[in-house]
Order: sequence, then structure tokens, then C-alpha cells
Amino acid sequence: MGTNVTIARDGLQALIEALRADGREVIGPTVREGAIIYDAIRDIADLPAGWTDRQEAGRYGLEQRADGALFGYTVGPHAWKQFLFPARETLWTMRRTGDGAEVTDGATPASRHAFIGVRSCELHAIAIQDKVFVSGPYPDTNYRARRADAFIVAVNCGQAGNTCFCVSMRTGPKVEGGFDLSLTELLDDTRHDFLIAIGSEAGAAIMQHVPHRPATAADLSAADSAVARAAAGIGRHLQTEGLKQALQAAPEHRRWDEVAARCLTCGNCTMVCPTCFCTTVRDHTDLAGNTARRVREWDSCFTLDFSYIHGGSVRHAPRARYRQWLTHKLANWIDQFGTSGCVGCGRCITWCPVGIDITEEAAAIANAPAAAREAHHEGA
Amino acid sequence: MAATDPAVAADPFLPALYRVARTRRELADTVTLELLPLEGVRPDFAPGQFNMLYAFGVGEAAISISGDAAEGAAFVHTVRNVGAVSGALARMRPGATLGLRGPFGTGWPVAAAEGADVVIVAGGLGLAPLRPAIRHILNHRRRYGRVVLLFGSRNPGEMLFRRELERWRQRLDVEIGVTVDHADPSWRGNVGVVPSLIRHASFDPHEAVAFVCGPEVMMRFTATALLAAGMGGERIWLSMERNMKCAIGLCGHCQFGPTFICKDGPVMRHDVIGGLLSVREI
Repeated sequence: MGTNVTIARDGLQALIEALRADGREVIGPTVREGAIIYDAIRDIADLPAGWTDRQEAGRYGLEQRADGALFGYTVGPHAWKQFLFPARETLWTMRRTGDGAEVTDGATPASRHAFIGVRSCELHAIAIQDKVFVSGPYPDTNYRARRADAFIVAVNCGQAGNTCFCVSMRTGPKVEGGFDLSLTELLDDTRHDFLIAIGSEAGAAIMQHVPHRPATAADLSAADSAVARAAAGIGRHLQTEGLKQALQAAPEHRRWDEVAARCLTCGNCTMVCPTCFCTTVRDHTDLAGNTARRVREWDSCFTLDFSYIHGGSVRHAPRARYRQWLTHKLANWIDQFGTSGCVGCGRCITWCPVGIDITEEAAAIANAPAAAREAHHEGA
Repeated sequence: MAATDPAVAADPFLPALYRVARTRRELADTVTLELLPLEGVRPDFAPGQFNMLYAFGVGEAAISISGDAAEGAAFVHTVRNVGAVSGALARMRPGATLGLRGPFGTGWPVAAAEGADVVIVAGGLGLAPLRPAIRHILNHRRRYGRVVLLFGSRNPGEMLFRRELERWRQRLDVEIGVTVDHADPSWRGNVGVVPSLIRHASFDPHEAVAFVCGPEVMMRFTATALLAAGMGGERIWLSMERNMKCAIGLCGHCQFGPTFICKDGPVMRHDVIGGLLSVREI
């Protein structure tokens, strides 16, 4: 472990095959419907060769690159979350019997996944969800099983996106740990190779099936400069110092009204966020009413239903719902789980239909802490 | 059945099956259910904790336990019909089967309060989660100083546990104050909101501990009155309520500022959460 080796472009094909031969479903980036998404891949040809993404607040588009890079994009609308924490999952099924009922566990056998192309920000997002789902007094057993079975092939970013701010969150762009293997794409006019760092025994075992050679000093320095290039190109910045205190002290800040005037409360930001973990549960009953399937689904704090208790929703105004999301993500999360809930991937900025920028909203409150709106309390 | 498999029993989402043993109508829209497990015995619980009750095909709701923790083999819950799930629960008849997960959450600090005066302030259905604490304190009456119970209802017809309240009132070792927001011709008692009773109650504000449960606005004004009487926020305990889907800190619904009502609460200290009570729609 900690060893660096180099493989040729073909070696990546061998890696995919070795992971499949190990009984794993290999998930990686692929192009579909104008975006780079994560899906099952069988072949190196499934990867987005020669594609890159152009991202801005509220905008995303794919473009052809001048080269044939396989990982020459940043992050798309998908996160690995959907494989470890599926958007819809049966918790259990209850059947009426003659004199009562019986319950059967709904957990489907966890698929043994291998993820190819996990960015540093995404590794941090997975580590954050580990804290949410596994570190508490009631671990999510399905999540824990899938997570334990996942083989992670990380990739260092060779370029940054316009909406990225991982450097501010100290979550990238360089992959630091939490992987079985990590890749750095080494691509110029003369070569197309990958530097591989081996991060676990499972990673070392798989590499026995992949043709490789020891990494040279030139490989290592080429990899370092690729990551440095990404770090230098980071599009956005979030000032985190003092932000938690500023947000928690500013529930009546005027900025919440201003952002609420733009926010559609559509919940896109929560759906693309790699750390958002909120869920709801629904009952699916058969027509005869004898079987009820209890299904857990991703939910969003932007819906009115989310905070509904008898009599109405606690967070009725859009300002209260946006405030809940942002304050939770950047401040309350730290009290709850010892880490920010944000990894700086920029998805919420890119996929917001009106281009609301979390870094701008946070800065507006942190930089003008006294700008409280007029008292909005219930009468005393 | 799956629930007997230890690996499956470890799944905190799986409900245990219970049967309605007895029901008692408390008010027009409120019923008390006694629930016995189909297998084994009910787990122990602390006064103030809650269970997730599941009505077949309808859904699950967080319902506080209203029975005596030291008495009986059943879980006792008092349910008001305010929605689909609570309506289905309130309509259940003896013999009906339901799912139950729990108990969850923090309880009233009945042990830590020993030696001190105890001021219990309840509004409406808020008396239900306080009843296990009241029972405990009255069953161990000598361990406590003065005990004050202040209870407010919207009107005399909506007064919960009225017969039990009469029994408590006949004891000479509990000071009881009851008030209604709106009187009817039969009512001869106090009219007004329950916080207004606090200044007439006899307790040592520097030594007393307060347990408060009711609508959030009632708890806020009650806490203000207790603080005005000289009680420290660290001695005032409130039972909070929020939408809850999982009860185990995973669904995110019950967040109240940085806290999760399901695992940091429902019983929480005023000096910890008091600042949030005055923020609208937090």
C-alpha cells in the first residue's frame, strides 16, 4: 500500500475486467442525455472519452475536448450516493395473517459495487454520509453493508470546474485517502497513461491482474502538476472561518428574504447534493389491502410536507426552507456530525434552475452579520 | 417470523407487532390505547419517551407514552385524531394489530429532580407525555419537595384525564392549578392561559425543576413566566414536537436548529433550545 505504479490506457480495460471477474458491478462515468452520469460500465469504451463539461450557475453542457481524456470533466448531476443510499428502498413488507400480521425485511442483497472515477470531493461526501448513517446509535444496516462491499477507484482532478470550491472546503482536488486505488490521468501528445496509487489490500490484490510498471519520477511529477493545475483553476471560493457562528446567529437576516425571492423551492440542490440524506417513507399497499410495503425515499427540506405537523407546516415560507437547507449544510451539520455538510462540489450551484450560488449566499450573511430584517417574531 | 432473526432484529426500521388490548375514549377525538406485544414483553421505558406506532397501510407516527413506567405489561398511548395515521390509530378496536418501534428519545429527569420542588406545566394533550412523570413522582412522593401541577385546556369539555386529575386533586401533597381558555356555564374554575397560574404557585424557583409540555407557543410563554419567577433555564425542561419519519436520527425531518428532536429530545433543556423557540419557522 502507498505504492505508485503506472498503467497504460489499455490497463484500465484490464482493471474493469478484473473488477468484474471479482464479481463486482462496475459503475463509472458515461455520457447520456447530454450529461456525464454514473452507470454500469463494461468496457473502457463506455467512458466519456474526449468529453468535458462546462458549468456555470444554472448551466451545464458537454463539449468535445481537443484530446481523448477519459476523466477530463469534473462532476455531473449524479453522485455515488445513489448506489450506497438508493433513492428508493423497501424497508420491509407487512402481510395480514388470520389473527395478526407478519413482517419481512425488505433489504435486497447488496450488490458488490466497484466505483470508477470517484473525485476527492466525492470521497469526502461518502465519508460524511458514513458519519450520518453508520456512526450514530442506530446504524443504517443496508447502507453499512453496501459501503463495506464497495471498491473505490478514485481519480485526481486534472482540471477544475467553474462552480467547484473544494479548495475552500479542504476536500480536494487531490485525493488523499479513503480509496482502494486512485488514478491520475497522464495525457499529452506522446502518451496516455494512468498513475495508480494503491490504497488498500483489496486494491493491491486487484492490481495483480492488471499489467503495470513501477511509476517513474517523471510520472509522479506529471501527476502532481495535473492536480496543481486543477487547484489553480478552482472557480469559486467559500470563506468558512466564522461561517458556522455567523449563520447560526442570523436566522432573521435580510438575505434570507432576498434569496427566497429567487428560490423556486424545487429541491434540485438537495437531489444533486452528494451529502443530503433526508428521507421520507410511504406505504404501498396491494389492491386487496392485505400487503403493505414500506418504502423509504429521498426527501427534500424544500417541500412543504417535510415539516408538516398537525395544523400545518413548520417551515411554510420559502425563506425558512432555504434557511434550513443552508444553515444545516454549512453550520448545524458541524454540531451534528463534526464536519461541514458541504464538500464544495458545486452541484447545487450548477443545477439550480435560477443559478443561486451557495458561496454567494453564505458570504452575504457572513460579511454583513448585522443586517437583520425587522423583527418578525410572533406577538408577545 | 423475520423479527426473531437476531440479524434482522438489529434493523432499527423493523417494527415489532403489538395488539390493542384495551381502548378508552378520553375525549371526542382522543383515545387511550393499551398495547401488548405479540411476542415477548414490552421493553422498559423512561417517562417522557415515545414510540413510533404504525397503522397498517397508512403509516407511522411518533406518539408519546402516557402510561405508568412501573405498572402493567402494556405500552399505553393517548392518541388524538389529527391526521391519517393518528386517525387510524384512534379508530383501532381491541384485538387490532399494529406495528411499534421504540422506545426512543430522552425522558423527563425524574431521578435528577429528587430533592427538589417539581413544577409540572401541561397544555391540552401535553398532559399525556407528562403523565408517566407525574405517576412516578406521586408514587415516590417523599423523594421530592413541593409538587405543583398546572394544567390548561381550551375548554372544560376538552380536559384530558379529568377523573385522574380529580384523584390527584384530592391528595394533600400536590398543589394543582387548572385553567381553561374558554369557560362554559358549568365551569367555576380559572379562566386564562396556563402560564398565568405560575405566579400563584408555591415553589422555590432557585431549587425547583420544571417539566413543560404543550403547544409550542404555550411552552414559550410558560418558560418566559418561569424565568421571570427566577428559575434558571437549565432547570426548565420542555418536550418538543416536529415531523418525524425514522425516530433514529436518519431521516432529517425533526431537526430543530442543530438538534434532532428524536435523539437529542423530545425532552430538552430550555437553556439549550430556548433561543430557537423565538425564531419563526425554524
